[in-house]
Amino acid sequence: MLRIAKLPIAVFALAIMVFPWTAHRIPAIEHYPDIMVFAGIYCLITMGLSLLMGYAGQISIGHAAFFGIGAYISAILTTNYGMNPWACMVIGMAVTAVVAVLVGAPSLKLRGHYLAMATLAFGIIIFIIFNEEIEWTGGPDGMSGIPGLTLFGFEFNSVERYYYLVWGFVIAAFIFTVNVIQSGTGRALRAIHASEPAARAMGVDVSRFKILVFVYSAVLASLAGSLYAHYLNFVNPATFDLFFSIKLLIMIALGGMHNIWGAIVGTGLITFLSNEWLYYFEEFEVIVYGAILLFVTVLLPDGLAGVPGIVKGWFRK
Amino acid sequence: MEENVLELQGVVMTFGGLMALSNLNFNVRRGMIKSIIGPNGAGKTTLFNVITGSFPPTQGTVKFKGQPIQHLKAHKIADRGISRTFQTVELFGNMTVLENVMLGCYTRIRTSFLASGFVLPRSRRKEKRIRETALKILKFIGLAHKFKDLADSLPLGEQKLLEIGRALASEPELICLDEPAAGLNETETHVASSLIRAINAKGITVLLVEHDMKVVMNISDEILVLNYGQKIAEGPPEEIRNSPRVIEAYLGGEA
Repeated sequence: MLRIAKLPIAVFALAIMVFPWTAHRIPAIEHYPDIMVFAGIYCLITMGLSLLMGYAGQISIGHAAFFGIGAYISAILTTNYGMNPWACMVIGMAVTAVVAVLVGAPSLKLRGHYLAMATLAFGIIIFIIFNEEIEWTGGPDGMSGIPGLTLFGFEFNSVERYYYLVWGFVIAAFIFTVNVIQSGTGRALRAIHASEPAARAMGVDVSRFKILVFVYSAVLASLAGSLYAHYLNFVNPATFDLFFSIKLLIMIALGGMHNIWGAIVGTGLITFLSNEWLYYFEEFEVIVYGAILLFVTVLLPDGLAGVPGIVKGWFRK
Repeated sequence: MEENVLELQGVVMTFGGLMALSNLNFNVRRGMIKSIIGPNGAGKTTLFNVITGSFPPTQGTVKFKGQPIQHLKAHKIADRGISRTFQTVELFGNMTVLENVMLGCYTRIRTSFLASGFVLPRSRRKEKRIRETALKILKFIGLAHKFKDLADSLPLGEQKLLEIGRALASEPELICLDEPAAGLNETETHVASSLIRAINAKGITVLLVEHDMKVVMNISDEILVLNYGQKIAEGPPEEIRNSPRVIEAYLGGEA
Protein backbone atom coordinates (compact mmCIF):
# COMPACT_ATOMS: atom_id res chain seq x y z
CA MET A 1 0.00 0.00 0.00
CA LEU A 2 1.10 3.49 -0.70
CA ARG A 3 1.13 5.03 2.73
CA ILE A 4 2.76 8.31 3.53
CA ALA A 5 3.85 8.31 7.18
CA LYS A 6 2.21 10.91 9.42
CA LEU A 7 5.07 11.39 11.86
CA PRO A 8 7.47 13.11 9.42
CA ILE A 9 4.67 15.50 8.43
CA ALA A 10 4.13 16.46 12.07
CA VAL A 11 7.88 16.87 12.65
CA PHE A 12 8.16 18.95 9.51
CA ALA A 13 5.25 21.19 10.52
CA LEU A 14 6.83 21.69 13.94
CA ALA A 15 10.22 22.54 12.39
CA ILE A 16 8.54 25.08 10.13
CA MET A 17 6.84 26.63 13.17
CA VAL A 18 10.00 27.09 15.24
CA PHE A 19 12.32 28.03 12.36
CA PRO A 20 11.86 31.85 12.38
CA TRP A 21 12.28 31.84 16.14
CA THR A 22 15.60 29.96 15.83
CA ALA A 23 16.83 31.89 12.81
CA HIS A 24 16.21 35.10 14.66
CA ARG A 25 18.83 34.16 17.24
CA ILE A 26 21.60 33.19 14.82
CA PRO A 27 23.02 36.20 12.96
CA ALA A 28 24.38 34.18 10.00
CA ILE A 29 20.91 32.92 9.06
CA GLU A 30 18.89 35.84 10.32
CA HIS A 31 17.53 36.58 6.86
CA TYR A 32 16.62 32.97 6.07
CA PRO A 33 12.91 33.35 6.92
CA ASP A 34 12.68 35.74 3.97
CA ILE A 35 14.09 33.10 1.63
CA MET A 36 11.79 30.55 3.23
CA VAL A 37 8.80 32.69 2.21
CA PHE A 38 9.86 32.26 -1.41
CA ALA A 39 10.59 28.59 -0.86
CA GLY A 40 7.05 28.17 0.52
CA ILE A 41 5.52 29.99 -2.44
CA TYR A 42 7.44 27.75 -4.86
CA CYS A 43 6.51 24.65 -2.83
CA LEU A 44 2.85 25.34 -3.55
CA ILE A 45 3.62 25.11 -7.27
CA THR A 46 5.92 22.10 -7.14
CA MET A 47 3.55 20.02 -5.00
CA GLY A 48 0.91 20.30 -7.70
CA LEU A 49 3.52 19.59 -10.36
CA SER A 50 4.69 16.54 -8.45
CA LEU A 51 1.14 15.18 -8.44
CA LEU A 52 0.80 15.98 -12.15
CA MET A 53 4.18 14.71 -13.32
CA GLY A 54 5.38 12.20 -10.76
CA TYR A 55 2.08 10.51 -10.02
CA ALA A 56 -0.08 11.03 -13.11
CA GLY A 57 2.88 11.10 -15.50
CA GLN A 58 1.94 14.25 -17.45
CA ILE A 59 4.62 16.81 -18.30
CA SER A 60 4.13 20.55 -18.03
CA ILE A 61 6.70 23.20 -18.95
CA GLY A 62 4.18 25.99 -18.63
CA HIS A 63 3.47 26.34 -14.95
CA ALA A 64 5.26 29.68 -14.70
CA ALA A 65 2.31 30.99 -16.72
CA PHE A 66 -0.27 29.89 -14.13
CA PHE A 67 1.94 31.37 -11.41
CA GLY A 68 2.01 34.61 -13.43
CA ILE A 69 -1.73 34.66 -14.08
CA GLY A 70 -2.40 34.47 -10.34
CA ALA A 71 0.15 37.18 -9.60
CA TYR A 72 -1.08 39.56 -12.31
CA ILE A 73 -4.76 39.11 -11.53
CA SER A 74 -4.06 39.96 -7.89
CA ALA A 75 -1.84 42.86 -8.92
CA ILE A 76 -4.22 44.37 -11.46
CA LEU A 77 -7.46 43.97 -9.51
CA THR A 78 -6.04 45.30 -6.24
CA THR A 79 -4.02 48.26 -7.58
CA ASN A 80 -6.25 49.42 -10.46
CA TYR A 81 -9.66 48.52 -9.05
CA GLY A 82 -9.01 48.56 -5.31
CA MET A 83 -10.60 45.17 -4.81
CA ASN A 84 -10.17 43.02 -1.72
CA PRO A 85 -6.92 41.01 -2.06
CA TRP A 86 -8.49 37.79 -0.74
CA ALA A 87 -11.30 38.05 -3.27
CA CYS A 88 -8.72 38.67 -6.00
CA MET A 89 -6.84 35.58 -4.88
CA VAL A 90 -9.99 33.49 -5.31
CA ILE A 91 -10.82 35.15 -8.64
CA GLY A 92 -7.25 34.44 -9.78
CA MET A 93 -7.64 30.79 -8.87
CA ALA A 94 -11.00 30.56 -10.65
CA VAL A 95 -9.69 32.23 -13.82
CA THR A 96 -6.63 29.98 -13.77
CA ALA A 97 -8.86 26.93 -13.42
CA VAL A 98 -10.81 27.97 -16.53
CA VAL A 99 -7.59 28.65 -18.46
CA ALA A 100 -6.19 25.29 -17.32
CA VAL A 101 -9.29 23.48 -18.60
CA LEU A 102 -9.07 25.28 -21.95
CA VAL A 103 -5.35 24.55 -22.30
CA GLY A 104 -5.49 21.10 -20.74
CA ALA A 105 -8.45 19.61 -22.60
CA PRO A 106 -6.75 19.60 -26.00
CA SER A 107 -3.12 19.25 -24.87
CA LEU A 108 -3.58 16.40 -22.42
CA LYS A 109 -4.64 14.24 -25.37
CA LEU A 110 -1.00 14.52 -26.40
CA ARG A 111 1.71 12.45 -24.84
CA GLY A 112 5.33 12.84 -23.77
CA HIS A 113 7.27 15.33 -25.84
CA TYR A 114 4.18 16.67 -27.57
CA LEU A 115 2.48 17.55 -24.30
CA ALA A 116 5.73 19.20 -23.19
CA MET A 117 5.79 21.27 -26.38
CA ALA A 118 2.15 22.33 -26.03
CA THR A 119 2.59 23.51 -22.44
CA LEU A 120 5.87 25.18 -23.39
CA ALA A 121 4.12 27.12 -26.14
CA PHE A 122 1.37 28.13 -23.72
CA GLY A 123 3.97 29.42 -21.27
CA ILE A 124 5.64 31.51 -23.96
CA ILE A 125 2.34 32.99 -25.14
CA ILE A 126 1.38 34.08 -21.62
CA PHE A 127 4.87 35.52 -21.09
CA ILE A 128 4.48 37.60 -24.28
CA ILE A 129 1.07 38.83 -23.09
CA PHE A 130 2.57 39.98 -19.76
CA ASN A 131 5.22 41.89 -21.72
CA GLU A 132 3.05 43.41 -24.44
CA GLU A 133 -0.26 44.29 -22.77
CA ILE A 134 1.34 47.40 -21.31
CA GLU A 135 -1.97 49.08 -20.42
CA TRP A 136 -2.91 46.18 -18.17
CA THR A 137 0.37 44.77 -16.98
CA GLY A 138 2.75 47.70 -17.18
CA GLY A 139 4.81 45.76 -19.75
CA PRO A 140 8.43 44.82 -19.02
CA ASP A 141 8.63 47.42 -16.22
CA GLY A 142 5.99 45.54 -14.27
CA MET A 143 3.60 46.88 -11.66
CA SER A 144 4.36 48.30 -8.27
CA GLY A 145 2.30 49.48 -5.33
CA ILE A 146 0.48 46.20 -4.84
CA PRO A 147 -1.02 46.30 -1.33
CA GLY A 148 -0.05 43.82 1.39
CA LEU A 149 -2.47 41.36 2.97
CA THR A 150 -4.60 41.99 6.03
CA LEU A 151 -7.10 39.73 7.71
CA PHE A 152 -9.66 41.17 10.16
CA GLY A 153 -7.33 44.07 10.87
CA PHE A 154 -4.30 41.83 11.29
CA GLU A 155 -1.59 42.96 8.88
CA PHE A 156 0.82 40.47 7.36
CA ASN A 157 3.37 43.24 7.21
CA SER A 158 6.52 41.57 8.53
CA VAL A 159 8.59 38.75 7.06
CA GLU A 160 7.72 36.55 10.00
CA ARG A 161 3.98 37.11 9.74
CA TYR A 162 4.04 36.45 6.01
CA TYR A 163 6.20 33.38 6.61
CA TYR A 164 3.50 31.83 8.79
CA LEU A 165 0.77 32.73 6.30
CA VAL A 166 2.59 31.14 3.36
CA TRP A 167 3.66 28.03 5.22
CA GLY A 168 0.16 27.65 6.62
CA PHE A 169 -1.05 27.41 3.02
CA VAL A 170 1.80 25.04 2.13
CA ILE A 171 1.05 22.65 4.97
CA ALA A 172 -2.68 22.68 4.24
CA ALA A 173 -2.04 22.00 0.54
CA PHE A 174 0.52 19.34 1.45
CA ILE A 175 -1.93 17.46 3.65
CA PHE A 176 -4.67 17.73 1.03
CA THR A 177 -2.30 16.43 -1.66
CA VAL A 178 -1.10 13.57 0.53
CA ASN A 179 -4.71 12.57 1.16
CA VAL A 180 -5.46 12.57 -2.56
CA ILE A 181 -2.38 10.43 -3.26
CA GLN A 182 -3.42 7.85 -0.66
CA SER A 183 -7.01 7.65 -1.90
CA GLY A 184 -8.67 5.94 -4.82
CA THR A 185 -8.07 9.10 -6.83
CA GLY A 186 -4.31 8.81 -6.31
CA ARG A 187 -4.50 5.17 -7.28
CA ALA A 188 -6.30 6.10 -10.48
CA LEU A 189 -3.65 8.72 -11.27
CA ARG A 190 -0.82 6.25 -10.82
CA ALA A 191 -2.73 3.74 -12.93
CA ILE A 192 -2.94 6.30 -15.75
CA HIS A 193 0.81 6.77 -15.47
CA ALA A 194 1.41 3.02 -15.79
CA SER A 195 -1.07 2.09 -18.53
CA GLU A 196 -3.79 4.26 -20.01
CA PRO A 197 -5.58 1.41 -21.85
CA ALA A 198 -5.72 -0.68 -18.68
CA ALA A 199 -6.92 2.27 -16.59
CA ARG A 200 -9.69 2.88 -19.12
CA ALA A 201 -10.66 -0.79 -19.15
CA MET A 202 -11.07 -0.56 -15.36
CA GLY A 203 -13.53 2.32 -15.69
CA VAL A 204 -11.17 5.24 -15.10
CA ASP A 205 -12.12 8.30 -17.13
CA VAL A 206 -8.54 9.05 -18.16
CA SER A 207 -9.06 12.44 -19.82
CA ARG A 208 -11.17 13.72 -16.93
CA PHE A 209 -8.52 12.77 -14.38
CA LYS A 210 -5.72 14.30 -16.40
CA ILE A 211 -7.61 17.59 -16.66
CA LEU A 212 -8.56 17.46 -12.98
CA VAL A 213 -5.00 17.10 -11.77
CA PHE A 214 -3.77 19.66 -14.31
CA VAL A 215 -6.33 22.14 -13.00
CA TYR A 216 -5.43 21.38 -9.39
CA SER A 217 -1.74 22.03 -10.04
CA ALA A 218 -2.57 25.22 -11.98
CA VAL A 219 -4.81 26.53 -9.17
CA LEU A 220 -2.06 25.95 -6.60
CA ALA A 221 0.37 27.84 -8.88
CA SER A 222 -2.11 30.69 -9.13
CA LEU A 223 -2.46 30.85 -5.34
CA ALA A 224 1.34 30.97 -5.14
CA GLY A 225 1.33 33.83 -7.66
CA SER A 226 -1.10 35.90 -5.60
CA LEU A 227 0.93 35.32 -2.43
CA TYR A 228 4.06 36.32 -4.34
CA ALA A 229 2.52 39.58 -5.60
CA HIS A 230 1.30 40.64 -2.17
CA TYR A 231 4.63 39.81 -0.55
CA LEU A 232 6.89 41.69 -2.95
CA ASN A 233 4.27 44.41 -3.68
CA PHE A 234 5.73 44.31 -7.18
CA VAL A 235 5.50 42.02 -10.22
CA ASN A 236 7.25 42.02 -13.58
CA PRO A 237 7.17 39.52 -16.45
CA ALA A 238 10.76 38.31 -15.99
CA THR A 239 9.68 36.28 -12.94
CA PHE A 240 7.32 34.19 -15.07
CA ASP A 241 9.58 33.34 -18.00
CA LEU A 242 10.35 29.96 -19.50
CA PHE A 243 13.42 29.57 -17.32
CA PHE A 244 11.25 29.66 -14.22
CA SER A 245 9.13 26.79 -15.58
CA ILE A 246 12.32 24.83 -16.13
CA LYS A 247 13.57 25.73 -12.68
CA LEU A 248 10.37 24.23 -11.26
CA LEU A 249 11.16 21.00 -13.11
CA ILE A 250 14.71 21.02 -11.74
CA MET A 251 13.24 21.40 -8.25
CA ILE A 252 11.04 18.34 -8.50
CA ALA A 253 13.68 16.34 -10.41
CA LEU A 254 16.25 17.05 -7.70
CA GLY A 255 13.83 16.19 -4.90
CA GLY A 256 12.35 13.22 -6.72
CA MET A 257 9.04 13.50 -8.50
CA HIS A 258 7.65 10.12 -7.53
CA ASN A 259 7.48 11.24 -3.95
CA ILE A 260 5.57 14.25 -2.66
CA TRP A 261 8.36 14.95 -0.15
CA GLY A 262 10.68 15.37 -3.10
CA ALA A 263 8.84 18.52 -4.13
CA ILE A 264 9.43 20.09 -0.71
CA VAL A 265 13.09 19.08 -0.42
CA GLY A 266 14.00 19.98 -4.00
CA THR A 267 12.22 23.32 -3.86
CA GLY A 268 13.87 24.25 -0.58
CA LEU A 269 17.34 23.39 -1.88
CA ILE A 270 17.00 25.14 -5.23
CA THR A 271 15.47 28.26 -3.66
CA PHE A 272 18.36 28.57 -1.22
CA LEU A 273 20.86 27.83 -3.99
CA SER A 274 19.54 30.55 -6.25
CA ASN A 275 18.90 33.18 -3.58
CA GLU A 276 21.85 32.61 -1.34
CA TRP A 277 24.47 30.00 -2.03
CA LEU A 278 24.99 30.57 -5.76
CA TYR A 279 25.33 34.29 -5.29
CA TYR A 280 29.00 34.21 -6.33
CA PHE A 281 28.35 32.37 -9.56
CA GLU A 282 26.31 35.24 -10.97
CA GLU A 283 25.28 34.37 -14.54
CA PHE A 284 27.10 31.04 -14.37
CA GLU A 285 24.29 29.93 -12.04
CA VAL A 286 22.65 28.22 -15.01
CA ILE A 287 25.63 25.92 -15.41
CA VAL A 288 25.18 24.74 -11.83
CA TYR A 289 21.51 23.94 -12.51
CA GLY A 290 22.53 22.02 -15.61
CA ALA A 291 25.06 20.05 -13.60
CA ILE A 292 22.45 19.28 -10.91
CA LEU A 293 19.94 18.07 -13.50
CA LEU A 294 22.57 15.92 -15.21
CA PHE A 295 23.74 14.46 -11.92
CA VAL A 296 20.22 13.65 -10.76
CA THR A 297 18.98 12.09 -14.00
CA VAL A 298 22.04 9.89 -14.37
CA LEU A 299 22.73 8.90 -10.78
CA LEU A 300 19.55 9.50 -8.79
CA PRO A 301 16.55 8.83 -11.01
CA ASP A 302 14.31 8.99 -7.94
CA GLY A 303 15.91 12.23 -6.75
CA LEU A 304 16.92 12.94 -3.17
CA ALA A 305 13.70 11.31 -1.96
CA GLY A 306 15.05 8.05 -3.40
CA VAL A 307 18.24 8.20 -1.30
CA PRO A 308 16.76 6.59 1.86
CA GLY A 309 15.65 3.64 -0.29
CA ILE A 310 19.15 3.27 -1.77
CA VAL A 311 20.75 3.39 1.68
CA LYS A 312 18.28 0.79 2.99
CA GLY A 313 19.25 -1.39 0.02
CA TRP A 314 22.90 -1.30 1.09
CA PHE A 315 22.07 -2.47 4.58
CA ARG A 316 19.88 -5.28 3.32
CA LYS A 317 22.86 -6.66 1.44
CA MET B 1 -31.80 -19.06 -19.50
CA GLU B 2 -31.66 -18.19 -23.18
CA GLU B 3 -30.92 -14.50 -22.63
CA ASN B 4 -28.15 -12.94 -24.71
CA VAL B 5 -25.68 -10.84 -22.75
CA LEU B 6 -23.88 -9.67 -25.85
CA GLU B 7 -25.21 -9.29 -29.38
CA LEU B 8 -23.18 -8.14 -32.37
CA GLN B 9 -25.03 -7.14 -35.51
CA GLY B 10 -23.29 -6.35 -38.79
CA VAL B 11 -20.10 -5.18 -37.11
CA VAL B 12 -17.53 -3.84 -39.56
CA MET B 13 -14.15 -2.48 -38.61
CA THR B 14 -11.82 -1.02 -41.21
CA PHE B 15 -8.40 0.54 -40.75
CA GLY B 16 -7.82 2.58 -43.90
CA GLY B 17 -8.19 0.01 -46.67
CA LEU B 18 -7.83 -2.98 -44.40
CA MET B 19 -11.02 -4.72 -43.38
CA ALA B 20 -10.27 -6.16 -39.95
CA LEU B 21 -13.84 -7.28 -39.24
CA SER B 22 -16.44 -7.69 -41.95
CA ASN B 23 -20.11 -7.95 -41.23
CA LEU B 24 -19.83 -9.93 -38.06
CA ASN B 25 -22.97 -11.28 -36.36
CA PHE B 26 -23.01 -13.38 -33.24
CA ASN B 27 -24.52 -13.62 -29.75
CA VAL B 28 -23.18 -14.64 -26.38
CA ARG B 29 -25.71 -16.25 -24.05
CA ARG B 30 -25.61 -15.46 -20.36
CA GLY B 31 -23.55 -17.84 -18.27
CA MET B 32 -21.63 -19.52 -21.06
CA ILE B 33 -17.94 -19.69 -21.93
CA LYS B 34 -17.56 -18.69 -25.55
CA SER B 35 -14.21 -18.88 -27.26
CA ILE B 36 -13.04 -17.03 -30.32
CA ILE B 37 -10.33 -18.74 -32.31
CA GLY B 38 -8.69 -18.14 -35.64
CA PRO B 39 -5.29 -17.81 -37.28
CA ASN B 40 -3.05 -14.83 -36.47
CA GLY B 41 -4.45 -11.62 -37.83
CA ALA B 42 -7.99 -12.99 -38.01
CA GLY B 43 -9.28 -10.01 -36.05
CA LYS B 44 -9.72 -11.53 -32.59
CA THR B 45 -8.07 -8.75 -30.61
CA THR B 46 -9.71 -6.13 -32.83
CA LEU B 47 -13.03 -7.70 -31.94
CA PHE B 48 -12.22 -7.38 -28.22
CA ASN B 49 -11.19 -3.78 -28.72
CA VAL B 50 -14.49 -3.03 -30.43
CA ILE B 51 -16.56 -4.75 -27.72
CA THR B 52 -14.72 -3.02 -24.86
CA GLY B 53 -14.75 0.39 -26.53
CA SER B 54 -11.07 0.93 -27.30
CA PHE B 55 -12.36 2.12 -30.66
CA PRO B 56 -15.88 2.31 -32.08
CA PRO B 57 -16.78 -0.01 -34.97
CA THR B 58 -16.95 1.51 -38.46
CA GLN B 59 -20.44 0.06 -38.83
CA GLY B 60 -22.86 -2.13 -36.94
CA THR B 61 -24.17 -2.39 -33.42
CA VAL B 62 -22.86 -4.00 -30.27
CA LYS B 63 -25.58 -4.61 -27.68
CA PHE B 64 -24.89 -5.40 -24.05
CA LYS B 65 -27.95 -6.63 -22.14
CA GLY B 66 -30.08 -5.28 -24.97
CA GLN B 67 -28.58 -1.77 -24.90
CA PRO B 68 -26.39 -0.51 -27.75
CA ILE B 69 -22.91 0.30 -26.42
CA GLN B 70 -20.83 0.71 -29.58
CA HIS B 71 -20.76 4.50 -29.23
CA LEU B 72 -19.63 4.47 -25.59
CA LYS B 73 -16.09 5.18 -24.40
CA ALA B 74 -14.10 2.36 -22.82
CA HIS B 75 -14.52 3.55 -19.23
CA LYS B 76 -18.31 3.79 -19.66
CA ILE B 77 -18.46 0.25 -21.00
CA ALA B 78 -16.43 -0.89 -17.99
CA ASP B 79 -19.01 0.83 -15.77
CA ARG B 80 -21.80 -1.08 -17.52
CA GLY B 81 -20.20 -4.41 -16.58
CA ILE B 82 -17.77 -5.58 -19.26
CA SER B 83 -14.23 -6.12 -18.08
CA ARG B 84 -11.18 -7.36 -19.91
CA THR B 85 -7.59 -8.52 -19.80
CA PHE B 86 -4.91 -7.79 -22.36
CA GLN B 87 -2.93 -10.02 -24.69
CA THR B 88 0.31 -8.35 -23.66
CA VAL B 89 0.04 -7.90 -19.90
CA GLU B 90 -1.04 -4.37 -19.01
CA LEU B 91 -0.68 -4.30 -15.26
CA PHE B 92 0.09 -1.21 -13.21
CA GLY B 93 3.66 -2.34 -12.66
CA ASN B 94 4.56 0.47 -10.27
CA MET B 95 1.75 -0.54 -7.93
CA THR B 96 1.45 -3.48 -5.58
CA VAL B 97 -0.56 -6.61 -6.31
CA LEU B 98 -3.23 -5.45 -3.84
CA GLU B 99 -3.40 -1.94 -5.32
CA ASN B 100 -3.87 -3.37 -8.81
CA VAL B 101 -6.95 -5.27 -7.66
CA MET B 102 -8.14 -2.29 -5.57
CA LEU B 103 -8.06 -0.16 -8.71
CA GLY B 104 -10.27 -2.78 -10.33
CA CYS B 105 -12.95 -1.88 -7.75
CA TYR B 106 -13.03 1.62 -9.23
CA THR B 107 -16.13 0.90 -11.33
CA ARG B 108 -18.19 0.05 -8.23
CA ILE B 109 -16.83 2.30 -5.46
CA ARG B 110 -15.28 5.69 -6.09
CA THR B 111 -14.55 8.91 -4.25
CA SER B 112 -14.38 12.41 -5.71
CA PHE B 113 -11.18 14.44 -5.81
CA LEU B 114 -12.35 16.81 -3.08
CA ALA B 115 -13.75 14.08 -0.84
CA SER B 116 -10.45 12.23 -1.03
CA GLY B 117 -8.44 15.40 -0.36
CA PHE B 118 -10.42 16.24 2.78
CA VAL B 119 -10.59 12.55 3.87
CA LEU B 120 -14.25 12.58 4.73
CA PRO B 121 -15.17 9.67 7.01
CA ARG B 122 -17.25 8.34 4.13
CA SER B 123 -14.20 8.06 1.87
CA ARG B 124 -12.27 6.31 4.63
CA ARG B 125 -15.03 3.69 4.95
CA LYS B 126 -15.10 3.24 1.19
CA GLU B 127 -11.35 2.70 1.13
CA LYS B 128 -11.70 0.01 3.79
CA ARG B 129 -14.44 -1.75 1.82
CA ILE B 130 -12.32 -1.65 -1.35
CA ARG B 131 -9.40 -3.19 0.51
CA GLU B 132 -11.54 -6.02 1.89
CA THR B 133 -13.04 -6.79 -1.52
CA ALA B 134 -9.59 -6.79 -3.11
CA LEU B 135 -8.17 -9.16 -0.49
CA LYS B 136 -11.08 -11.55 -1.06
CA ILE B 137 -10.36 -11.58 -4.78
CA LEU B 138 -6.65 -12.17 -4.18
CA LYS B 139 -7.59 -15.21 -2.12
CA PHE B 140 -9.85 -16.42 -4.92
CA ILE B 141 -7.09 -16.18 -7.54
CA GLY B 142 -4.50 -17.57 -5.13
CA LEU B 143 -2.22 -14.53 -4.85
CA ALA B 144 -3.13 -13.39 -1.34
CA HIS B 145 0.37 -14.17 -0.01
CA LYS B 146 1.93 -11.76 -2.53
CA PHE B 147 -0.34 -8.78 -1.87
CA LYS B 148 2.55 -6.49 -0.95
CA ASP B 149 4.75 -7.29 -3.97
CA LEU B 150 5.05 -4.94 -6.92
CA ALA B 151 3.07 -6.23 -9.88
CA ASP B 152 6.18 -6.00 -12.08
CA SER B 153 8.07 -8.42 -9.85
CA LEU B 154 5.65 -11.35 -10.42
CA PRO B 155 6.41 -14.14 -12.92
CA LEU B 156 4.33 -14.02 -16.11
CA GLY B 157 1.93 -16.75 -14.98
CA GLU B 158 0.99 -14.81 -11.86
CA GLN B 159 0.80 -11.54 -13.77
CA LYS B 160 -1.81 -13.13 -16.03
CA LEU B 161 -3.79 -14.30 -12.98
CA LEU B 162 -3.52 -10.85 -11.42
CA GLU B 163 -4.93 -9.26 -14.58
CA ILE B 164 -7.91 -11.59 -14.32
CA GLY B 165 -8.26 -10.69 -10.62
CA ARG B 166 -8.20 -6.99 -11.42
CA ALA B 167 -10.90 -7.52 -14.05
CA LEU B 168 -12.99 -9.49 -11.55
CA ALA B 169 -12.78 -6.67 -9.02
CA SER B 170 -14.96 -4.54 -11.28
CA GLU B 171 -17.75 -7.10 -10.73
CA PRO B 172 -18.37 -7.65 -14.43
CA GLU B 173 -21.24 -9.58 -15.97
CA LEU B 174 -19.08 -10.30 -19.00
CA ILE B 175 -15.34 -10.83 -18.83
CA CYS B 176 -13.22 -10.76 -21.99
CA LEU B 177 -9.97 -12.69 -21.61
CA ASP B 178 -7.38 -12.09 -24.33
CA GLU B 179 -5.07 -15.11 -24.46
CA PRO B 180 -4.89 -15.83 -20.73
CA ALA B 181 -2.71 -18.91 -21.33
CA ALA B 182 -0.23 -17.39 -23.81
CA GLY B 183 3.35 -17.88 -22.66
CA LEU B 184 2.37 -20.09 -19.73
CA ASN B 185 3.80 -23.54 -18.97
CA GLU B 186 1.58 -26.58 -18.54
CA THR B 187 0.99 -26.21 -14.80
CA GLU B 188 0.25 -22.49 -15.09
CA THR B 189 -2.11 -23.18 -18.00
CA HIS B 190 -3.92 -25.70 -15.87
CA VAL B 191 -4.27 -23.15 -13.05
CA ALA B 192 -5.54 -20.53 -15.50
CA SER B 193 -8.17 -22.78 -17.04
CA SER B 194 -9.52 -23.94 -13.69
CA LEU B 195 -9.70 -20.28 -12.67
CA ILE B 196 -11.74 -19.48 -15.78
CA ARG B 197 -14.11 -22.34 -14.90
CA ALA B 198 -14.41 -21.02 -11.34
CA ILE B 199 -15.21 -17.54 -12.62
CA ASN B 200 -17.86 -18.97 -14.90
CA ALA B 201 -19.30 -20.95 -12.00
CA LYS B 202 -19.88 -17.60 -10.23
CA GLY B 203 -22.30 -16.75 -13.02
CA ILE B 204 -19.99 -14.51 -15.01
CA THR B 205 -20.16 -14.91 -18.77
CA VAL B 206 -16.74 -15.48 -20.32
CA LEU B 207 -15.58 -14.46 -23.77
CA LEU B 208 -12.21 -16.02 -24.46
CA VAL B 209 -9.57 -15.54 -27.13
CA GLU B 210 -7.02 -18.33 -26.91
CA HIS B 211 -4.53 -20.16 -29.09
CA ASP B 212 -4.11 -23.16 -26.80
CA MET B 213 -6.60 -25.58 -28.38
CA LYS B 214 -6.54 -27.94 -25.44
CA VAL B 215 -7.79 -25.14 -23.19
CA VAL B 216 -10.36 -23.98 -25.73
CA MET B 217 -11.78 -27.42 -26.46
CA ASN B 218 -11.90 -28.33 -22.77
CA ILE B 219 -13.66 -25.36 -21.28
CA SER B 220 -15.75 -23.76 -24.04
CA ASP B 221 -19.49 -24.18 -24.38
CA GLU B 222 -19.35 -22.64 -27.83
CA ILE B 223 -16.63 -21.64 -30.26
CA LEU B 224 -16.60 -18.95 -32.93
CA VAL B 225 -14.00 -19.22 -35.67
CA LEU B 226 -12.73 -16.09 -37.40
CA ASN B 227 -10.64 -15.86 -40.53
CA TYR B 228 -9.73 -12.59 -42.23
CA GLY B 229 -12.31 -10.83 -40.10
CA GLN B 230 -15.14 -13.11 -41.15
CA LYS B 231 -17.05 -15.70 -39.19
CA ILE B 232 -16.39 -19.07 -40.80
CA ALA B 233 -17.90 -21.33 -38.18
CA GLU B 234 -19.78 -21.23 -34.89
CA GLY B 235 -20.90 -24.04 -32.65
CA PRO B 236 -20.04 -26.46 -29.85
CA PRO B 237 -16.43 -27.77 -29.68
CA GLU B 238 -17.09 -31.20 -31.26
CA GLU B 239 -18.70 -29.60 -34.27
CA ILE B 240 -15.85 -27.09 -34.74
CA ARG B 241 -13.19 -29.78 -34.42
CA ASN B 242 -14.61 -31.59 -37.43
CA SER B 243 -15.60 -28.65 -39.59
CA PRO B 244 -13.85 -28.79 -42.97
CA ARG B 245 -13.82 -24.99 -43.31
CA VAL B 246 -12.01 -24.62 -40.01
CA ILE B 247 -9.43 -27.24 -40.93
CA GLU B 248 -8.92 -25.44 -44.23
CA ALA B 249 -8.40 -22.08 -42.53
CA TYR B 250 -5.87 -23.50 -40.14
CA LEU B 251 -3.97 -25.82 -42.48
CA GLY B 252 -4.42 -23.87 -45.70
CA GLY B 253 -5.15 -25.24 -49.17
CA GLU B 254 -8.31 -27.03 -50.22
CA ALA B 255 -9.79 -29.46 -47.82
